[in-house]
Amino acid sequence: MDKFTIKNMNLYYGKFHALKDVNLSMQENKITAFIGPSGCGKSTLLKSLNRMNDLVEGCKITGDIRLDNEDIYGNMDVNILRKRVGMVFQKANPFPMSVYDNIAYGPRTHGIRKKSELDEIVESSLRDAAIWDELKDRLKKSALGLSGGQQQRLCIARALAVKPEVLLMDEATSALDPISTGKIEELCLKLKDQYTIIMVTHNMQQALRIADYTAFFLLGEMIEYDKTDQIFSNPKEKKTEEYITGRFG
Amino acid sequence: MDDKEIKEIAAINKITFAQRMREYKRKPLSLVMFILVVLAAALSVLALVFLIVYILVMGVPNLTPDLFAWEYNSDNVSCMPAIINTVVITLLTLVIAVPFGIGAAIYLSEYAKRGNKLVKVIRTMAETLSGIPSIVYGLFGMLCFVTAFSWGYSILAGAFTLAIMVLPTIMRTTEEALIAVPDSYREGSFGLGAGKLRTVVKTVLPSAMPGILAGVILAIGRIVGETAALIYTAGSTTGLVDGVMDSGRTLAIHMYMLANEGLHTNQAWGTAVVLLVLVLGINTLSSFIAKKLSSKK
Repeated sequence: MDKFTIKNMNLYYGKFHALKDVNLSMQENKITAFIGPSGCGKSTLLKSLNRMNDLVEGCKITGDIRLDNEDIYGNMDVNILRKRVGMVFQKANPFPMSVYDNIAYGPRTHGIRKKSELDEIVESSLRDAAIWDELKDRLKKSALGLSGGQQQRLCIARALAVKPEVLLMDEATSALDPISTGKIEELCLKLKDQYTIIMVTHNMQQALRIADYTAFFLLGEMIEYDKTDQIFSNPKEKKTEEYITGRFG
Repeated sequence: MDDKEIKEIAAINKITFAQRMREYKRKPLSLVMFILVVLAAALSVLALVFLIVYILVMGVPNLTPDLFAWEYNSDNVSCMPAIINTVVITLLTLVIAVPFGIGAAIYLSEYAKRGNKLVKVIRTMAETLSGIPSIVYGLFGMLCFVTAFSWGYSILAGAFTLAIMVLPTIMRTTEEALIAVPDSYREGSFGLGAGKLRTVVKTVLPSAMPGILAGVILAIGRIVGETAALIYTAGSTTGLVDGVMDSGRTLAIHMYMLANEGLHTNQAWGTAVVLLVLVLGINTLSSFIAKKLSSKK
């Protein structure tokens, strides 16, 4: 089933035409990867899906983006949208608070006050992000003292704590070592049973390892979108082939 | 790699005196630079230490019990009423200035569009205001609060005058502190579905708190040390104030008056010690609060 559908979408930063006529739909409970060289607009597209681009001045979007067939730029409350569509950023950005407060931030935002309920959410989120065992004894310690990989998994747990439907990952492993990256990839494969995951990655091996579908972007245009195996073994477009075989980018 | 090279590399972390001398021989200019900066540091500290020691030497012998009598009279020239007045006027000023200062800073850094014309105007005005001599604020306060509002000489008029005076300081330091909060915190908060209000109150403000408090401490320093802006607004009567509409002198004015009248120079020195201790106390307390607030996170 289609979770997200994007139709005739164009995006401008001031005069710069960053995304050109994008048409794409992403399936529920699958991992979709956006690949392409730097500046091709893949992160921009990702940020449009939970309207983080609203924070960028001079950003203008035309076209139609629907979540469960509901126009996200229409009447939908942007805070509800961001609750349904969680995001993990390129650089781990835990708040300067305790591990517990980091995870509880989202649920508290959406009105959960009861201690027992919060305790439960904190534990289940950390378990889902496969970091409970490492952190259960330091819930009250500052999150800034964790290692980079732990911080990023904490951020994933934080995103899961608001019970989103979709998880956007913006190059979430690009600043991590291979072992941490491996853990997060494993996590994604586990999480896709419950969540729809859309990720941007610079690492083509990563897309090949975990993504069900892959979209290739170049200079603001979506060149090709297909099953990952198809894209990597038998691309239809010449540009895609050139990129994945490392001839440019 | 021979031994000598290894030694040079180790020298990055630790340098012996002989090595340093050899280094300076090769680069005499860096020796000159070293001497200059050490001299600058030493002179600055020396001037400060000299000042403090001088005040203590002149003042401490004059710290008689008389000086802390509850009632002021021309025999004991007690500074007790002035101490209390100083605390009252400081608190009153902060109550007026801090909400406006922090509010304005939040608007400038969080709500206003970046590069907005109004923001630039407000910033320029704040910078100009912080450069105006305090006697000008005093005159304004007299004409506006004392005369036009008919508040008379009162600590309320004094506090409003001081509030206008320290507003730019609080606003600018708070704004700097807010701007220094990484955008990734804001993104993280928005990304979880938090609105603007929650993001600012729960994430941005707590992170900026030490910087904001530094601004408030700076403001307290100016309030406690101010005379020119207060003489014509809060007045210089010697008693303890019995309400915000009453006139009263702060420690700094008290000291100025004692020295000015020339009859109680010794007591003026004693008062100076009290003022010094008061400022030290306020600063210690504020940094203690700042530490408490930032360790809670």
